[in-house]
Amino acid sequence: MLKGKVHKYGSNVDTDVIIPARYLNTTDPAELASHCMEDIDADFVKTVEPGDIIVAEDNFGCGSSREHAPIAIKASGISCVVANTFARIFYRNSLNTGLPILECPEAVAGIGRGDTVEVDLGTGKITNVTTGASFQAKPFPPFMRELIEVGGLVNYAKAKVGE
Amino acid sequence: MGQTITQKILAAHCGKEAVEPGELVNARLDMVLGNDITAPIAIAEFAKIGAETVFDKDRVALVPDHSTPNKDIKSAQLVKILRDFARLHNITNFFEIGKMGIEHTLLPDEGLVLPGDAIIGADSHTCTYGALGAFSTGVGSTDLACAMALGETWFKVPEAIKFIYYGKMPKWVSGKDLILYTIGKIGVDGALYSTMEFTGETISELDMAGRFTMCNMAIEAGGKNGIIEPDEKTLAYVNPRAKREFKLYKSDPDAAYKDVIEIDVSKLEPIVSFPHLPENARPISEAAHIKLDQSVIGSCTNGRIEDLRVAAGILKGRKVHPDVRLIVIPATQEIYLQSIKEGLTEIFVEAGGAVSTPTCGPCLGGHMGVLAEGERAVATTNRNFVGRMGHTKSEVYLASPAIAAASAVLGRLGSPEELS
Ligand code: SF4
Repeated sequence: MLKGKVHKYGSNVDTDVIIPARYLNTTDPAELASHCMEDIDADFVKTVEPGDIIVAEDNFGCGSSREHAPIAIKASGISCVVANTFARIFYRNSLNTGLPILECPEAVAGIGRGDTVEVDLGTGKITNVTTGASFQAKPFPPFMRELIEVGGLVNYAKAKVGE
Repeated sequence: MGQTITQKILAAHCGKEAVEPGELVNARLDMVLGNDITAPIAIAEFAKIGAETVFDKDRVALVPDHSTPNKDIKSAQLVKILRDFARLHNITNFFEIGKMGIEHTLLPDEGLVLPGDAIIGADSHTCTYGALGAFSTGVGSTDLACAMALGETWFKVPEAIKFIYYGKMPKWVSGKDLILYTIGKIGVDGALYSTMEFTGETISELDMAGRFTMCNMAIEAGGKNGIIEPDEKTLAYVNPRAKREFKLYKSDPDAAYKDVIEIDVSKLEPIVSFPHLPENARPISEAAHIKLDQSVIGSCTNGRIEDLRVAAGILKGRKVHPDVRLIVIPATQEIYLQSIKEGLTEIFVEAGGAVSTPTCGPCLGGHMGVLAEGERAVATTNRNFVGRMGHTKSEVYLASPAIAAASAVLGRLGSPEELS
């Protein structure tokens, strides 16, 4: 079960604001995390706590194919991103780097900035603890959960190869 | 509810009867592909996985094509990583300089991708093979690394948009014009996440070269894959090439589509996409004022023998305009040779063109025709983003081989109709 307070954004949050190109000369997750979202929300890095959840509207993660974007979000402490829709390559890269993301427009509409939210990746249930409302996203099939639990595709492949 | 061809292929590759749009599936792969830009990163990731070797040495294709023959030391180093990896793991389908070609033309021509296949490639134009009735899509280098180790990957089953083309294609209108027109109509994110299924009587009439061109550019509308149901034309192309079994899938009549778009082609003109997005599609009659410095005929979109024949037909007995550099790049060694045998190469050279050995080259502003500041090119390639062919203040106009050839003679954008 994931639990944390919500950082809320609108539509088309692109990979350039998630992690600006000027920081792409490093692949160190901690360093990337220290600049995460700084061009759209300078307070994000100061206020984010481990377990927190990002909730956003349409087309989250559009733009370049940089894997640095989900890596920066994950390393900043964010446990999950809930959005109406994700850009296709960001979607792949998130799951491949072990960042859980869920599409659930009802939840996005029913969750506000600063609310406390619980996410059960197993069932896809999203609960707004602050208001008591709950929402149902499509749950991940078992192998996708495994992918996230082991921390991404390379670890998943490693475990599978070792079997 | 019926299934689309894409759903059926994905279902067959994850051992299911049926799959639903939005569902996440883990699918077996028939071919995984990397090139000299993306495979070196994947090879480094592959080392972290700890796999002894690749899942199947016949089902990994490594194609050095972007900067080959090696244009500089850095690209030589990258190709060496591919070569060393291929030797170490006995990979059958490593295409050495001299046997190479642009990946998306080479793989179908070599019979390495077949109808009914599920294919990933660490290159966005991997969607090209949909022309065979296969599911194929572009992924990142991490995906390629893991797919090389496991022979499988995960997909979110896409929704589909059905495009129905009808009517007789006017002279000089080609598959390239259909896809540029379509992208112009729906926009560069018009098919985000989705399958673009190309159907209708016009598509049945279209040759394989035109079908490859159309599926190649599905990504330029944000599509996950482009696909065309296999028919007699597909079989005529595939049968002499295939070295393994394949399966033909068709969409059910009651399959669900999120949108159906009908396009009457009988009134279309050849299309040019203006800088700096493929969606800026305009009819050629509105483009004649654009003066040119270069014309490029080639790439994974339009570097096939059929494309070269069209261009040579227009250039025969004519001369390239004194202000224009014409660069012709056959997509594979086989096409290169065929072009010589048919006398096409001679026509290009006599017209005043430069003919290169197969490479992506100028398509991504790599080499063999990079543009200077302020220069303009017409190109049969697929992207006209800022700086795509060189300087950030240069411009690329996307068009068919017929338009690129005629424009090279005219010195400005124009149609073969305008040549006396
Ligand atoms: S020809 Fe251009 S679009 Fe095609 S694979 Fe090469 S660089 Fe990419």
